[in-house]
Amino acid sequence: MPRRIHLSRRHLLASAVAGATSLAAPGIVRAQGAGGRPPLKVGVLLPRSGFEASIGQDCQRGVDIAPGILKSLNLPELAVMNADTESNVDVARERAEKLVNDGAQLLVGAFDSGQTTAIAQVAEQKGIPLVINIAAAPDITEQGYKFVFRNFLTAQMILSSAFENQLELFNVIGAAPKSVVYMHVNDTFGTAMSKGISAVMPKFNMPYKIVDEIAYDPTARDLSVEVAKAKGANADALLVVSRLNDAMLITRELVKQRWTPQAILSMGPGWYEEQYLKTLGKLSNGPISLVPFQDPNKKLTKVLEAALAKAYPGVNLSTNHVYTFEALLVAADAYKRAGTSDPKALADAIRTTNITDNVSIGPGIQFNAKGQNDKLKCGTIQNRGGKLVTLAPKDAANAKPEWPMAPYQNRA
Amino acid sequence: MPIDVYLNVTVAGILTGLVYGLMALGLSVIFGVVRVVNFAHGEMMSIAMYLTVLLFSSLNLDPLVMLVPIAAVLFVFGYALQAGLINPFINRPEHSQFLLLVALALIIVNMLLIIFGPDARTVQTSYAFDSFQVGALIVDATKLYAGAAAIVVATLLFVFFRFAPLGKAIRACADNYTGALVVGLDVKRLYALTFGIGAACVGAAGVMMTLIVDVTPIIGPTYTLLAFVIVITGGLGSMAGALLGGLLIGVTEALAGLLFTPSAKSMFAFAILVLVLLFRPQGILGRRSI
Repeated sequence: MPRRIHLSRRHLLASAVAGATSLAAPGIVRAQGAGGRPPLKVGVLLPRSGFEASIGQDCQRGVDIAPGILKSLNLPELAVMNADTESNVDVARERAEKLVNDGAQLLVGAFDSGQTTAIAQVAEQKGIPLVINIAAAPDITEQGYKFVFRNFLTAQMILSSAFENQLELFNVIGAAPKSVVYMHVNDTFGTAMSKGISAVMPKFNMPYKIVDEIAYDPTARDLSVEVAKAKGANADALLVVSRLNDAMLITRELVKQRWTPQAILSMGPGWYEEQYLKTLGKLSNGPISLVPFQDPNKKLTKVLEAALAKAYPGVNLSTNHVYTFEALLVAADAYKRAGTSDPKALADAIRTTNITDNVSIGPGIQFNAKGQNDKLKCGTIQNRGGKLVTLAPKDAANAKPEWPMAPYQNRA
Repeated sequence: MPIDVYLNVTVAGILTGLVYGLMALGLSVIFGVVRVVNFAHGEMMSIAMYLTVLLFSSLNLDPLVMLVPIAAVLFVFGYALQAGLINPFINRPEHSQFLLLVALALIIVNMLLIIFGPDARTVQTSYAFDSFQVGALIVDATKLYAGAAAIVVATLLFVFFRFAPLGKAIRACADNYTGALVVGLDVKRLYALTFGIGAACVGAAGVMMTLIVDVTPIIGPTYTLLAFVIVITGGLGSMAGALLGGLLIGVTEALAGLLFTPSAKSMFAFAILVLVLLFRPQGILGRRSI
């Protein structure tokens, strides 16, 4: 005769609690970091698809090589939660909310100023620290946010530093363009840079004047008209603020329309990116990028270079890897000092960051009262045979400039 | 601004406009005969573009060589689509047809996303960076080839509808549906053939467009919208109107980008559409009854 099982309400409750505990325990044990502390859950938001996908995926390389380096620096482990903004502001906001709901204790991202602005709003509302890897629109750190930190130059900082570096460059080569035509993407970043140019350029007594300004759609698939207009302006050089796809489109059109300006001076991404170098081959040589970059002479830069070369052979270390890695460095450093994953304690720890052993050009990573690292500087980079060389600032330079650009038509 | 800049931009606009025209021609042919508005038109073009990229990247087949085979594939696709899916909807309310084709468009976009991922793809032909110079005029080689191919395809289509017995039968269906039934024409088969021809047109346009722009899965809706703007401007159902509309939009976009701000060039295409709707609602070459 089968034995009857008496299952009281108390038995059921006790069994449920015991079951839940036993199920949860391995997870908790698994989540313990090397130092007995659970890894900090860091939500990394990047445009991994859409028109900025190539750059987002390049930033991801900075994430991929971070764990080993952070460990070697004796910093706590991070549990990275990846999210794709799809190069779209609304998606970025939605994914940031989802990451926070899924337990992210700190956010990192998101390369694009528009998307980062949306994520910053979410971070501030939810009280979760956001460490911006790349985004230059000045407004992001001008809102009085308490949880938003940026280890990247604002548009005005980029411009000031870029104009300084241009003057240094013209001084070295003993020549300068008399006129430039300015082409820029018509998005949050491009517009911020344009506003910044009007405000900053007069302070630097530049040797050239801007003869025409051409704004274009960041998702444009054909820039033939834009380049024809730029060529028609008959300027000595091309000053650009672009992304990756449009940088390649502009180059293609320059070749097709048989115009090689004296120089291409870029103050944004695109022209030094890995995909630009690989896709265009010899046609990629010559453009000069005045952008946030690594200091090739810093100790940690060499460590990062070695890690990238091991993980991604043939890929040049550049802005995307450097600043994404540094955002994670800031997170791990703050977590170590805070000793807790409490968001407020983390934000307080980030505010008092003082990392001098870093990668980017400048004295190190510190944040002002607005959450901005205002000590960063731009580098002057030139594409040479599929590699990137640093021309300025003087302390970080490892090559002499090639000026003017070799005509596209003479490149086999 | 030097005059040669205007000349170069206008020629580039004409060549791009020819490809636009061919794409819209397919939409116009389908509507003119079957009286179904193909809301998946741009998405069908993106299928052709992906086929071009796939064949180029895997077998190194030049897009211009693949023009006819890919147009043939799209013809079969269009024929099967009309015969199997759209014919049952021919006598249903227009909103049913609309929803059917919008659903088809969404399916195509998402299938392409699943298969190819979200990133832009391109073909790097040996002539990708070539251009021809005649005096001050510099013509992009890829656009020239694409424009020339568009003219050839459009001419063949005109000849087919004008002189071939099958073309005349299709025109008879378009002119008088009941009359076509009375004289014993197999209207449903002719509808399927027409849809196939329209799809082949957009397939050919897609192959040539791959020479000019990068392809992404989400490119389709943009070109569906563009095709509508072109055929409504030129006259819905008018083949010559579609080509004229394509040229008009291509040149307008190019010159608006040059004379005003390039980032707002699409706005001018829509401005022309609004003007046409206000002053000639049937389109430039459209018949008033449409």
